[in-house]
Amino acid sequence: MSGPVVQLVSIVKRFGSALAVDRVSVDIQPGEFFSLLGPSGCGKTTTLRLIAGFESADAGDILISGERVNDRRPYERGVGMVFQSYALFPHLSVARNVAFGLEQRKIAKAEIPGRVNRALELVRLDPATYADRMPAQLSGGQRQRVALARALVLEPRILLLDEPLGALDLKLRKEMQLELKALNRSLGITFIYVTHDQEEALTMSDRIAVMDSGRIAQLGTPAAVYENPRTAFVASFIGASNFLSGMAESLGDRRWRLVGRHGTLVVRAEPGVMVEAGREVRIAIRPEWMDLFPPDQIPAGENAVPGTVQEVIYLGETIHVLVALDPGDVVTVALRNEGQLIKPVPWTRGSRVAVAWLPEDCQVLEPDA
Amino acid sequence: MSRRRRVLAWFAARPNASGYALLAPGMIWLLLFFLAPIALMLAYSAMKRGLYGGVEPGFTLEHYRRFFDPLYLDILLRTILWSFVCTVLCLVIGYPVAYVVARAGRWRQWLLFLVVLPFWTSFLVRMFAMIFLLRDSGFINGVLLRVGLIHEPVALLYTPFAVMLGLVYGFLPLMILPIYASLEKLDVALLEAAEVLGATPWARFTRVIFPLSLPGVVAGSLLTFIPALGSFVTSDLLGGAKQVMIGNLIQNQFTVARNWPFGSAAAFVLMGVVLVAVVGYLRRRDAGDFVG
Amino acid sequence: MNRRVPRWVVAAATVVYLFLHAPLVALVVFSFNDSKFSATWTGFTLEWYRRLLERDDILDGLRRSLVVGAIATGVATTFGTLLALALARHRMRGRQAVESLLYLPLVTPEIIVGISLLSLFVLAGIPLGLTSIVIAHIAFCISFVAVVVGARLKGMDEHLEEAAMMLGADEWAAFWKVTVPQLLPGIVAGALLAFTMSFDDYVITSFVSGSGSSTLPVVVYGMVRRNVEPSINAISTIIVVVTSLLIYLADRLQSARLAPAGR
Repeated sequence: MSGPVVQLVSIVKRFGSALAVDRVSVDIQPGEFFSLLGPSGCGKTTTLRLIAGFESADAGDILISGERVNDRRPYERGVGMVFQSYALFPHLSVARNVAFGLEQRKIAKAEIPGRVNRALELVRLDPATYADRMPAQLSGGQRQRVALARALVLEPRILLLDEPLGALDLKLRKEMQLELKALNRSLGITFIYVTHDQEEALTMSDRIAVMDSGRIAQLGTPAAVYENPRTAFVASFIGASNFLSGMAESLGDRRWRLVGRHGTLVVRAEPGVMVEAGREVRIAIRPEWMDLFPPDQIPAGENAVPGTVQEVIYLGETIHVLVALDPGDVVTVALRNEGQLIKPVPWTRGSRVAVAWLPEDCQVLEPDA
Repeated sequence: MSRRRRVLAWFAARPNASGYALLAPGMIWLLLFFLAPIALMLAYSAMKRGLYGGVEPGFTLEHYRRFFDPLYLDILLRTILWSFVCTVLCLVIGYPVAYVVARAGRWRQWLLFLVVLPFWTSFLVRMFAMIFLLRDSGFINGVLLRVGLIHEPVALLYTPFAVMLGLVYGFLPLMILPIYASLEKLDVALLEAAEVLGATPWARFTRVIFPLSLPGVVAGSLLTFIPALGSFVTSDLLGGAKQVMIGNLIQNQFTVARNWPFGSAAAFVLMGVVLVAVVGYLRRRDAGDFVG
Repeated sequence: MNRRVPRWVVAAATVVYLFLHAPLVALVVFSFNDSKFSATWTGFTLEWYRRLLERDDILDGLRRSLVVGAIATGVATTFGTLLALALARHRMRGRQAVESLLYLPLVTPEIIVGISLLSLFVLAGIPLGLTSIVIAHIAFCISFVAVVVGARLKGMDEHLEEAAMMLGADEWAAFWKVTVPQLLPGIVAGALLAFTMSFDDYVITSFVSGSGSSTLPVVVYGMVRRNVEPSINAISTIIVVVTSLLIYLADRLQSARLAPAGR
């Protein structure tokens, strides 16, 4: 079976006068771990619910395995789902929760316990201990696993997950992230995952669709989205970014000179990024792409802006240096911590420094809208 | 597709339809047997009185005009006054109970149940309990006589005092429950903060507890005031023929006096007072006046 | 008891509790008193209860109250539950109007409901008897059930039905397999409360029952007005006990813990 397993073609969804999903198009490949990432209200959950069938699209097509499913009810789409609140049936035991879908499909009674047990083992819950417990007796993490088992026991081609890890504490969340990723790989099921946690998306996804106000702002692998953010929104929502700007003058070969408050900067745009000469252009530089030098020791070929150190923050793995640039603005520079007790960072509050980076190490941004 | 699935798909395509379908039986019943009768009553109140007390065609406002007769105005004002006094008394008496239950911890369920129970016990039985206590051969007089404080039974029944006592006894739980609901949400940390800032117990009450319980106080007052306005059982059983509230007047018109149009008009005057109270409450609530 | 509650408040509350319950306790106690005059306790007797059994009007009234209660409860619970479901789970335009109509019976004085229904029945030619009483009782119980069931629905995870649908159950199957088991305590509690309200109703029933078909409260009212003997205490005691039982059951059902949602 080739071709995308889920296709959204120009989906539009309105709630009253509010446009929740604005012409979203995406192809999701079989077996992929695909994340919809964005702040609350960006439309990611609505998009998921459109795929599930709980909302109907006002325009556009939803295709599952090549078939148009816009008019199909959720129970006719063959898709599994894990909810944010787990939605375990409180009046049924764990085993009966997991068996629910099998009973609906009228699977032979003799087969059911075996499949239920296998599903529980898949999510690392010992059937002997947990099968007869009631949801109220389980911890959050255990309920999570039961919800997963309940969906997986039906062997769906696609699994939808709506921020399933939100209620768990940090350590458990990180554990579950790795388990979900492992399940995705071992079972070959396509995972479509909604989250507002960018770290989570980067950790687990094969591809991420970053959403903003009902539109996809950028679609790509975690590396593409992190290292080459296309807009200021993506650059600030994922990781941290410093923003500078200037008037663009073409230097050829996708190189541009930006003239502005911060002096003259040379930048290199990614292929496909639109830059207009004579217009104000913004760039994003991640803290770890910048380096600090004494003001008179700037390496050749690098952009440099002078400034004064405001604060040095110790974060363990890294040291963050906040620099107030002479022309204005404060940037954050992330330096690797090579041991403050052995090889300390030579900057303190008030030090004069030059913030420098290579033209290739910054992102020319497209306008947000 | 099975027939069932076809029907479900039909409903799914029309998001409003399933809601309306579920509403229909109940709403139709209420429209037919609650709203329509009241509309009918409105119509009657503006029609002429028929030979046997029913109605005859013909528009007239004479029944409403009759209300400006001092006799009837008197009844209306007395009803409003008594309901108001009853509400205030219930508030003063009931507030401590609501407060205690809200702060009760382990016993809360039981204490709450003990308030809920009289609320659900037949109103009639509770009024009879009052009669049982107050009548000349009743419990109170009996005790007083035995103890020797009095030599003849005191006329407690069939007095305004008896009616007020009955009203308060009857509607007290209706005041307590909403106030309890409000107080239950009170964060004790607020009181502790107030204390640390130097507030005396009285100040803590007037400036923290009471304002935060205001939504419950207002709801409880409304839930007490309205039924009190419309009550006639209490004034009938405990007041005799002498303490007439508007409820008694209305009942009278529909039974002995046989003047349905006038009775309807009186009912509408009562309804008017109720609506003023309810609309006033809703307006102030939506304007945020009662934000706790 | 939280030590921050001032003692005088606790004392005041205690007095009020006594005020609420002492009269009823006295009523019950003296239903066993071997004397027509209530002031003194002369001895234990079940005479007054025995006399109740001899009274046809009481027995007929009780029978009618039970019949009316059963029918009215059944219908009102069904209609009220459907209403609560509609409001909680479905979108609709005109929601405000629906809610207003639903809550209006709860704030309308009973006497108005009574006389307006009487007017309607007379106009429509509906005979005053069991039929009219049942119709009236259903009308005022619907709102009650809707409120009680609605409260229960609010506490339910709204994604349960969706989860069932993702597991292959259509709306009908999801309703019976997931919603109803969850809702049942609320529905039963609503039914018990509706029955209690119907059983105890005097005002509305007095207007729509006509002369021949008195329910128990109407009979008792007549007895109270004529100030008859301690049999009134006896029937009152029975009513209080039955009501207390029903309310206790409803209370336990309503506080039956809803399983917590995912958070």
